[in-house]
Amino acid sequence: MQSKEQYLNLYSECRELIARHSSDVMNAQREAACAELQRMGLPTKKDEDYKYTDVEALFAPDYGLNLNRLDIPVNPYDAFKCDVPNLSTALYFIVNDRFYAKALPKVNLPEGVIIGSLRELSAEHPELVARYYGTLADVKENAVTALNTMLTQDGLLLYVPKGVVVEKPIQLVNILRADVNFMVNRRVLIIIEDCAQARMLVCDHAADEVDFLATQVIEVVVGRGASFELYELEETTARTHRLSNLYVRQEADSKVLINDVTLMGGTTRNTTRVTLGGRGAHINLCGMAIADKQQHVDNHTFIDHAVSDCTSHELYKYVLDDEAIGAFAGKVLVREGAQHTDSQQTNRNLCLTRQARMYTQPQLEIYADDVKCSHGATVGQLNEDALFYMQQRGISYVEARQLLMRAFVGEVIDEVSLEALRDRLHHLVEKRFRGELGQCRECNACH
Amino acid sequence: MLKISNLHASINGKEILKGINLEVRPGEVHAIMGPNGSGKSTLSNVLVGHPSYEVTEGEVTFNGKDLLALAPEDRSHEGLFLSFQYPVEIPGVSMVNFMRAAINEQRKYRGLAPLAANEFLKLMREKRAFVELDSKLANRSVNEGFSGGEKKKNEIFQMAMLEPRLSILDETDSGLDIDALRIVAEGVNKLKTPETSTIVITHYQRLLDYLKPDVVHVLYKGRIVKTAGPELALEIEKRGFDWIKKEVDE
Repeated sequence: MQSKEQYLNLYSECRELIARHSSDVMNAQREAACAELQRMGLPTKKDEDYKYTDVEALFAPDYGLNLNRLDIPVNPYDAFKCDVPNLSTALYFIVNDRFYAKALPKVNLPEGVIIGSLRELSAEHPELVARYYGTLADVKENAVTALNTMLTQDGLLLYVPKGVVVEKPIQLVNILRADVNFMVNRRVLIIIEDCAQARMLVCDHAADEVDFLATQVIEVVVGRGASFELYELEETTARTHRLSNLYVRQEADSKVLINDVTLMGGTTRNTTRVTLGGRGAHINLCGMAIADKQQHVDNHTFIDHAVSDCTSHELYKYVLDDEAIGAFAGKVLVREGAQHTDSQQTNRNLCLTRQARMYTQPQLEIYADDVKCSHGATVGQLNEDALFYMQQRGISYVEARQLLMRAFVGEVIDEVSLEALRDRLHHLVEKRFRGELGQCRECNACH
Repeated sequence: MLKISNLHASINGKEILKGINLEVRPGEVHAIMGPNGSGKSTLSNVLVGHPSYEVTEGEVTFNGKDLLALAPEDRSHEGLFLSFQYPVEIPGVSMVNFMRAAINEQRKYRGLAPLAANEFLKLMREKRAFVELDSKLANRSVNEGFSGGEKKKNEIFQMAMLEPRLSILDETDSGLDIDALRIVAEGVNKLKTPETSTIVITHYQRLLDYLKPDVVHVLYKGRIVKTAGPELALEIEKRGFDWIKKEVDE
């Protein structure tokens, strides 16, 4: 039996249960998603887009699901003492896929801003959600998105109306919590209307030592002249497998920054698809991964320059230790007529051992003739001359390596615009490289 | 202070040093000259413990300790400093973090507590003045984008910070214009005490005009073939190395 079958069977047996604990808007897309999953099957390494990560194998085991929405006893404030000393945020929790409404922050977001459970809010504001839900995350194109659309019951909605500026960064802490091997299908919809501004930090954690398989689909719609920053920080466990599909569509003169940091995890596959759909749009897409032992980190990005005069800047850096495997595939498409595109892609990687493996695949596809596009990829080791130079000044070999590794990823951290988060990341990265990043018992972004 | 006896060393199986004998006492300045490829840089690299070189014979003691048994960082902690012929650029590591790590590891080795941030910055400011190093450079990544002259000044700045007992200046004069040479040389002289010693590796007399060596050695084919007073450097400036090579090769 292919591993898709168990999910198709689950859906056909439980469709009413799933629907009962979700919203009409979300339910409306399940059948089509199911048909697409049936047609495509889950991706294997034979699929060009998944050739470095065997997704089907990740889905093969038998995971528990909480389709009946039973309460999982957890108080995130107890589990994750996340009172933020320097990084002052509006903090929200999602336990598995469920918005945790019992612990809402005591902050007043500007009037008109909506944040909360996608399931509840899509019942309250069906027209708003239906206008965008599933419009970017195409179930025909990606089987993980199809599976997520078929099974997801909740997640988060963030809506920032036209012209509204949310000064305070919004922090979302995702907690995986279960007593058995467990699957979560989380859904996030972010709507930033014209000229609105918001910044969001998403921290991923796993609170239990069980196998987790978490799919996540995030759709981000960014209006004309709007600005949005999304920082994702994964700090889970070796037994957590994350498949996150992020879709962004930008209108004219919008600015988006995405910074995706993988510090700890088992298997991580991030698919990021950005469409620059209006003139003057700018995307700054960054990411870094620090991986050791048998960690596996795969970032797959696609930037679509659909119209003229857009700019994209992309920078991914990996540090791979032990037997870790890293993959980066970055495609930039410049469509016909997308003149004056300015696109720059860089992927640099360090392999610290002979066993660590990095696969990198930059791709440029250009159908316009007046564009500026560049890409570069390198895989290398720490600079031995620099190490020796530092040793001669009395810095031990171990410490010199630490300095060089931190310097290497520092370039990505420096792209973070929130100063407190930037400092925090420098600190976390230092701890990570020293092997001192503790058990996943607290949200390290805040402590 | 430093005693080198019958030192043999090779790189990739090729023997470069073929029996070096040299003794440097506290307060002395020794110049080592010699044609290209004679082994001058190999000697300095071997002394500081560069991993590419293998010592095949001989011994080196430094303040009574077996230098060759020490890790490169411990040689530094013991007071050995090399001003690199080609200082390495280290993008992303700021001069401040680099120097702080160096100073504090040295203090740790000597059983001292780390310097407080304000004390450290004060020390940086003081020592920068020695070589007129621009404060902007101190905020940049180590040697990144520095001109040739700035890199050499930066070496002497680090020397001032670490206060070594024995400094090896490996062609510190190369790539310097007259003004930079004067600043660098004056910096080195200001750092000199009766307890510290210097080995100057150079092709030219001009740095020696400032540093005034007590002893001049000529290294050729992996051996010290001539040792004399400062007048030897002047003679080499006039006549080159050919006459010495001839003497040795005959």
